[in-house]
Amino acid sequence: MAKVEFLGPIGRASIEVDIQNLSELKNYFKEDKELQEWLGICAVAINDTLVCEADVPVSSHDKISLLPPVCGG
Amino acid sequence: MLELHDGSLHVNTILADWYAKISDKNYGAFIPFVGIVRDEDDIEGLSFDIYEPILKSWFDAWQERAKAQNAYLLMAHSRGDVPNHTSSYIAAVVSPKRKVALSMINDFVEDFKANAPIWKYDLIDGKRVYAKERSHLLQGHGLLKADA
Repeated sequence: MAKVEFLGPIGRASIEVDIQNLSELKNYFKEDKELQEWLGICAVAINDTLVCEADVPVSSHDKISLLPPVCGG
Repeated sequence: MLELHDGSLHVNTILADWYAKISDKNYGAFIPFVGIVRDEDDIEGLSFDIYEPILKSWFDAWQERAKAQNAYLLMAHSRGDVPNHTSSYIAAVVSPKRKVALSMINDFVEDFKANAPIWKYDLIDGKRVYAKERSHLLQGHGLLKADA
Protein backbone atom coordinates (compact mmCIF):
# COMPACT_ATOMS: atom_id res chain seq x y z
CA MET A 1 0.00 0.00 0.00
CA ALA A 2 1.36 3.44 -0.93
CA LYS A 3 1.26 6.08 1.78
CA VAL A 4 -0.37 9.46 1.12
CA GLU A 5 0.50 12.35 3.43
CA PHE A 6 -1.28 15.70 3.56
CA LEU A 7 1.23 18.42 4.41
CA GLY A 8 0.96 21.79 6.12
CA PRO A 9 -2.50 23.34 6.50
CA ILE A 10 -4.50 20.46 4.95
CA GLY A 11 -4.62 18.96 8.43
CA ARG A 12 -5.46 15.36 7.63
CA ALA A 13 -3.89 12.17 8.90
CA SER A 14 -1.91 10.07 6.42
CA ILE A 15 -3.70 7.24 4.61
CA GLU A 16 -2.64 4.12 2.74
CA VAL A 17 -4.01 3.35 -0.71
CA ASP A 18 -3.72 0.48 -3.17
CA ILE A 19 -2.92 2.22 -6.46
CA GLN A 20 -0.70 1.66 -9.50
CA ASN A 21 -0.30 5.29 -10.59
CA LEU A 22 -1.35 8.85 -9.72
CA SER A 23 -4.34 8.76 -12.08
CA GLU A 24 -5.82 6.10 -9.83
CA LEU A 25 -5.24 8.32 -6.81
CA LYS A 26 -6.94 11.19 -8.62
CA ASN A 27 -9.93 8.90 -9.16
CA TYR A 28 -9.81 7.75 -5.52
CA PHE A 29 -10.23 11.36 -4.34
CA LYS A 30 -12.81 12.51 -6.89
CA GLU A 31 -15.83 12.28 -4.54
CA ASP A 32 -14.08 14.04 -1.63
CA LYS A 33 -15.44 17.56 -2.09
CA GLU A 34 -13.53 19.12 0.80
CA LEU A 35 -10.24 17.68 -0.45
CA GLN A 36 -10.95 18.79 -4.03
CA GLU A 37 -10.55 22.42 -2.86
CA TRP A 38 -7.02 21.54 -1.77
CA LEU A 39 -6.18 19.34 -4.75
CA GLY A 40 -6.64 22.24 -7.16
CA ILE A 41 -3.79 24.12 -5.50
CA CYS A 42 -1.60 21.27 -4.23
CA ALA A 43 1.59 20.03 -5.86
CA VAL A 44 2.45 16.34 -5.61
CA ALA A 45 5.69 14.63 -4.64
CA ILE A 46 6.57 10.95 -4.85
CA ASN A 47 9.32 9.95 -2.44
CA ASP A 48 10.08 13.66 -1.91
CA THR A 49 10.48 14.57 -5.59
CA LEU A 50 7.86 16.82 -7.19
CA VAL A 51 6.08 15.27 -10.17
CA CYS A 52 4.05 16.87 -12.96
CA GLU A 53 2.56 13.84 -14.75
CA ALA A 54 -0.38 11.78 -13.50
CA ASP A 55 0.66 8.58 -15.31
CA VAL A 56 3.74 8.17 -13.10
CA PRO A 57 3.74 4.61 -11.71
CA VAL A 58 3.37 4.16 -7.95
CA SER A 59 4.62 1.13 -6.02
CA SER A 60 3.48 -0.18 -2.67
CA HIS A 61 6.49 1.30 -0.84
CA ASP A 62 6.13 4.80 -2.27
CA LYS A 63 5.30 7.92 -0.25
CA ILE A 64 3.06 10.45 -1.96
CA SER A 65 2.98 13.96 -0.46
CA LEU A 66 0.46 16.71 -1.19
CA LEU A 67 2.01 20.19 -0.87
CA PRO A 68 -0.25 23.27 -0.61
CA PRO A 69 1.05 26.72 -1.68
CA VAL A 70 4.14 27.75 0.29
CA CYS A 71 5.37 30.91 1.98
CA GLY A 72 8.54 30.76 4.04
CA GLY A 73 10.37 33.55 5.77
CA MET B 1 24.51 24.94 6.17
CA LEU B 2 20.82 24.65 7.04
CA GLU B 3 19.48 25.07 10.58
CA LEU B 4 15.90 24.69 11.82
CA HIS B 5 14.95 26.09 15.21
CA ASP B 6 11.82 25.88 17.35
CA GLY B 7 10.34 29.38 17.82
CA SER B 8 12.06 32.71 17.21
CA LEU B 9 15.63 32.74 15.95
CA HIS B 10 18.34 34.02 18.29
CA VAL B 11 19.76 36.35 15.68
CA ASN B 12 22.83 37.57 17.54
CA THR B 13 23.93 34.06 18.46
CA ILE B 14 23.33 32.60 14.99
CA LEU B 15 25.12 35.40 13.14
CA ALA B 16 28.03 35.33 15.59
CA ASP B 17 28.29 31.56 15.18
CA TRP B 18 28.23 31.80 11.39
CA TYR B 19 30.79 34.60 11.39
CA ALA B 20 33.09 32.54 13.61
CA LYS B 21 32.76 29.61 11.21
CA ILE B 22 33.56 31.52 8.04
CA SER B 23 35.83 34.38 9.07
CA ASP B 24 39.08 32.41 8.66
CA LYS B 25 38.07 30.80 5.34
CA ASN B 26 39.36 33.69 3.21
CA TYR B 27 35.94 34.84 2.04
CA GLY B 28 35.87 38.56 1.32
CA ALA B 29 32.12 39.04 1.68
CA PHE B 30 29.51 37.87 4.19
CA ILE B 31 26.03 39.07 3.19
CA PRO B 32 23.28 38.18 5.68
CA PHE B 33 19.56 38.79 5.30
CA VAL B 34 17.44 38.77 8.47
CA GLY B 35 13.67 38.51 8.20
CA ILE B 36 11.73 40.09 11.10
CA VAL B 37 8.03 39.50 11.75
CA ARG B 38 6.12 42.75 11.32
CA ASP B 39 3.17 43.89 13.42
CA GLU B 40 0.45 44.31 10.78
CA ASP B 41 -3.18 43.30 10.24
CA ASP B 42 -3.63 42.72 13.99
CA ILE B 43 -1.50 39.57 14.01
CA GLU B 44 0.34 38.50 17.15
CA GLY B 45 3.01 36.79 15.11
CA LEU B 46 3.52 34.07 12.52
CA SER B 47 3.74 30.31 12.75
CA PHE B 48 5.42 27.83 10.41
CA ASP B 49 5.25 24.20 9.33
CA ILE B 50 8.22 22.77 7.42
CA TYR B 51 8.54 19.66 5.29
CA GLU B 52 12.17 18.88 5.94
CA PRO B 53 13.02 16.25 3.26
CA ILE B 54 12.19 18.53 0.32
CA LEU B 55 13.54 21.62 2.07
CA LYS B 56 16.89 19.84 2.45
CA SER B 57 17.02 18.73 -1.19
CA TRP B 58 16.03 22.24 -2.34
CA PHE B 59 18.77 23.73 -0.15
CA ASP B 60 21.37 21.17 -1.28
CA ALA B 61 20.69 22.05 -4.92
CA TRP B 62 21.25 25.73 -4.11
CA GLN B 63 24.45 24.88 -2.25
CA GLU B 64 25.75 23.20 -5.41
CA ARG B 65 24.93 26.34 -7.42
CA ALA B 66 26.78 28.42 -4.83
CA LYS B 67 29.77 26.08 -4.87
CA ALA B 68 30.07 26.52 -8.65
CA GLN B 69 30.70 30.22 -7.97
CA ASN B 70 33.04 29.57 -5.02
CA ALA B 71 30.30 30.79 -2.67
CA TYR B 72 28.67 29.14 0.35
CA LEU B 73 25.10 29.45 1.67
CA LEU B 74 23.86 29.50 5.25
CA MET B 75 20.21 29.49 6.28
CA ALA B 76 18.21 29.29 9.50
CA HIS B 77 14.42 29.10 9.78
CA SER B 78 11.89 28.81 12.57
CA ARG B 79 9.38 26.04 13.23
CA GLY B 80 6.24 26.84 15.18
CA ASP B 81 5.26 30.21 16.61
CA VAL B 82 7.30 33.40 16.10
CA PRO B 83 5.99 36.57 17.83
CA ASN B 84 6.03 39.99 16.19
CA HIS B 85 9.35 41.85 16.18
CA THR B 86 11.39 38.66 16.33
CA SER B 87 13.11 36.78 13.51
CA SER B 88 11.91 33.67 11.67
CA TYR B 89 14.42 33.59 8.84
CA ILE B 90 18.11 34.28 8.27
CA ALA B 91 19.94 33.61 5.03
CA ALA B 92 23.52 34.47 4.20
CA VAL B 93 25.96 34.08 1.34
CA VAL B 94 29.71 34.15 1.71
CA SER B 95 32.00 34.43 -1.29
CA PRO B 96 35.45 35.71 -2.21
CA LYS B 97 33.88 38.62 -4.13
CA ARG B 98 31.03 40.83 -2.91
CA LYS B 99 29.22 41.02 -6.28
CA VAL B 100 28.64 37.27 -6.37
CA ALA B 101 27.25 37.27 -2.82
CA LEU B 102 25.06 40.35 -3.33
CA SER B 103 23.50 38.91 -6.46
CA MET B 104 23.08 35.42 -5.03
CA ILE B 105 21.37 36.52 -1.79
CA ASN B 106 18.62 38.13 -3.84
CA ASP B 107 18.13 35.14 -6.14
CA PHE B 108 18.29 32.70 -3.23
CA VAL B 109 15.69 34.51 -1.11
CA GLU B 110 13.35 34.95 -4.09
CA ASP B 111 13.53 31.24 -4.92
CA PHE B 112 13.13 30.40 -1.23
CA LYS B 113 9.87 32.36 -1.14
CA ALA B 114 8.59 30.64 -4.27
CA ASN B 115 9.66 27.03 -3.71
CA ALA B 116 10.80 26.14 -0.17
CA PRO B 117 8.21 23.75 1.36
CA ILE B 118 7.26 25.93 4.32
CA TRP B 119 3.71 26.91 5.30
CA LYS B 120 2.99 30.20 7.01
CA TYR B 121 0.13 30.97 9.39
CA ASP B 122 -0.93 34.26 10.95
CA LEU B 123 -1.38 34.09 14.72
CA ILE B 124 -4.69 35.78 15.48
CA ASP B 125 -6.35 35.46 18.92
CA GLY B 126 -3.97 32.59 19.64
CA LYS B 127 -5.09 30.61 16.60
CA ARG B 128 -3.17 29.70 13.43
CA VAL B 129 -4.73 31.01 10.21
CA TYR B 130 -3.12 29.71 7.00
CA ALA B 131 -1.74 32.65 4.98
CA LYS B 132 -3.23 31.24 1.78
CA GLU B 133 -3.43 34.55 -0.09
CA ARG B 134 0.27 35.25 0.45
CA SER B 135 1.38 31.75 -0.50
CA HIS B 136 2.86 30.55 -3.77
CA LEU B 137 1.66 27.67 -5.93
CA LEU B 138 4.30 24.99 -6.52
CA GLN B 139 5.15 23.52 -9.91
CA GLY B 140 2.65 20.89 -11.00
CA HIS B 141 -0.17 22.04 -8.70
CA GLY B 142 -3.63 20.69 -9.47
CA LEU B 143 -2.35 17.35 -10.76
CA LEU B 144 -4.81 15.35 -8.65
CA LYS B 145 -7.86 17.60 -8.96
CA ALA B 146 -10.82 15.85 -10.53
CA ASP B 147 -11.60 16.84 -14.12
CA ALA B 148 -14.47 19.32 -14.41
